[in-house]
Amino acid sequence: MRIAVCIKQVPDAEGRLKVAADGKWIDEDEIQFVINESDQYALEEALTLTEAHGGEVVVLSLGPDRVQDALRKALALGAKRAIHLEDSAFQGGDAHATARALAAAIQAEECDLVLTGAQSDDAGYGSTGSVLAGLLGWPHAWLVMGLEVEEGGTSAQVTREMESGMNELFRLQLPAVIEVQAGMNHPRYASLKGIMQAKRKPVDRPTPDDLGLTADQVGAAGSRLEIVDVAFPETDAGAQIFEGDAATAAKALLEKLRNEARVL
Amino acid sequence: MSQSIWIVMQQREGKLHRMSREAITAGQQLAAAVGGSASAVLVAGDDSLAAEVAGYDLEQVKVAAAPVLADYTPGAFVGALAAAIDAEKPAFVVFPHTYQSVDFVPRLSQEVGAALVPEAISFEQVDGELIWKRPILGGKLQARVRVKGEGTIFVTVQSGAFPADSAATGQAEIQALALPGITADREILGVEQAGEDEVDLTKADIILGVGRGVGGPDKLGPLEELAERLGADIGASRPVIDNGWLPRDRQIGSSGQTVAPKLYLAVGISGAIQHQVGMKGSTCVVAINKDKSAPIFGISQYGLVGDLHELVPALNEALAEAE
Ligand SMILES: Cc1cc2nc3c(=O)[nH]c(=O)nc-3n(C[C@H](O)[C@H](O)[C@H](O)COP(=O)(O)OP(=O)(O)OC[C@H]3O[C@@H](n4cnc5c(N)ncnc54)[C@H](O)[C@@H]3O)c2cc1C
Ligand SMILES: Nc1ncnc2c1ncn2[C@@H]1O[C@H](COP(=O)(O)O)[C@@H](O)[C@H]1O
Repeated sequence: MRIAVCIKQVPDAEGRLKVAADGKWIDEDEIQFVINESDQYALEEALTLTEAHGGEVVVLSLGPDRVQDALRKALALGAKRAIHLEDSAFQGGDAHATARALAAAIQAEECDLVLTGAQSDDAGYGSTGSVLAGLLGWPHAWLVMGLEVEEGGTSAQVTREMESGMNELFRLQLPAVIEVQAGMNHPRYASLKGIMQAKRKPVDRPTPDDLGLTADQVGAAGSRLEIVDVAFPETDAGAQIFEGDAATAAKALLEKLRNEARVL
Repeated sequence: MSQSIWIVMQQREGKLHRMSREAITAGQQLAAAVGGSASAVLVAGDDSLAAEVAGYDLEQVKVAAAPVLADYTPGAFVGALAAAIDAEKPAFVVFPHTYQSVDFVPRLSQEVGAALVPEAISFEQVDGELIWKRPILGGKLQARVRVKGEGTIFVTVQSGAFPADSAATGQAEIQALALPGITADREILGVEQAGEDEVDLTKADIILGVGRGVGGPDKLGPLEELAERLGADIGASRPVIDNGWLPRDRQIGSSGQTVAPKLYLAVGISGAIQHQVGMKGSTCVVAINKDKSAPIFGISQYGLVGDLHELVPALNEALAEAE
């Protein structure tokens, strides 16, 4: 099996965020970046599948120069090759524009399966994989918690999360785009050997032209959704915050819970 | 020309999804703002829910009914809706932001060439232009977005953003939609419980919610002690479960249990919408978080801002002293 995995590099959930000077995104200067959480599970699933069925994993990421680190990490974990959509024309797109670029790159790869994450932890469109599937003309499933490729490799059994702790089971035809939900498996750690090998693995950097796309089909120019500005949410209610050292704050809170809220 | 706004209902087994009504509110408000008219679209195995939907203040209830639409599959739903959208070209199509919508709406938008605003929480008109607000970065920030270019705009509306009880009632005309040949692209095999289903948190009086900020399974000790002292049950945010620190049947949120205890103590939880929908019905929410701009404080009555590894032991000590 040849499996393409789309990984996005996103700000670390732990980091302190600041709005950028132009107000249109966060200030990326002093933050750490990581592989998007659900994408880590997608990559693990792809690696496990190729271990069981043979084949190889190709990772793709659209993003600026820093995205190299995410791709190296994926290569260290076991992916064979990487494709970095780094050209400036690709950047700043909505889910449709990003999917257009990813689809063109994947079409050149002849894959049996594409795995993506369910949702990016920054933009959070929850759309890129499904749009990608539409462009490829393949079936898709979003929020997948289980995947079993069936005998012959032409169909798969899929477990998809529903609301309120229920899952839905169905069969779909391959090739397909599977959009993985966090928690599907247990992502592995990179070995020292893997990290060494990753340094020699190839990373392609096709331009829009190489993929048969024009610059106005991708990136910000190819997008209909545009960010006006970003801001921290206004919290109208506002919690009562207890300050001071831990012991004082803890006592003040307990006093309120007993005597004001009367919940203890 | 008046703009037409379609509102796609979600239903299952003859019942409307609660967020379908929220989508009606959103669609009606949008119609009022842009000077358009709102109609509902029902996609189902039969038209049995049409009369109920027709009780809202809508121009029409458009019904796409066929046996192949009785069980949801993206193939059949996209097929049915794409044909109708191509034929009538509504200005806006509003959907509830449910797991089902997110599964097929992006694909439908690609199919008909519509723009998509996912997870909208509000809209405003600025100099005649519509600006939408949606959460980004797990709700830590919000983005205002606009749509460029011509053509239909899809919007999925987030849970709780447009209250269902604001939906205006009335009398709508019911109309059948012409259906092209459509096929399911999934063979449905069934539904099952996600976790073990051993822990029922829905009846708990006090819940201590453990978040990723706790840092690891080896750091649960002081939290377990606090839960015991308070007589609390332990629940958790999704990453805590995904990382295997606690079992799946402790998950609270849109994919887990929906709880409404007297007291919900969120420790190291940022308060993403998917967590909030599972616990915002709690009488009193207390957040312990080192980041004072974490969204959880927006729905809390009380908060402690600081390192939970100091604050939780301090609470334990204060409770021990009081005993
Ligand atoms: C389709 C879908 C379904 C989902 N379903 C669910 C669901 O059912 N339930 C759910 O919970 N999530 C769900 N999620 C995930 C959700 O979007 C969030 O990612 C998740 O709730 C975040 O969990 P968290 O708050 O524990 O972690 P984070 O967002 O990482 O927050 C950790 C918090 O801990 C704080 N912190 C860190 N260290 C300390 C310290 N030492 N002292 C004090 N504070 C500290 C940080 O400031 C931060 O606010 C779902 C997501 C998707 C896409
Ligand atoms: N820039 C990108 N590069 C690679 N994959 C991406 C990119 N953006 C989105 N994806 C994939 O699409 C999934 C859904 O992203 P989104 O639609 O932004 O929520 C992610 O989890 C990734 O797998």
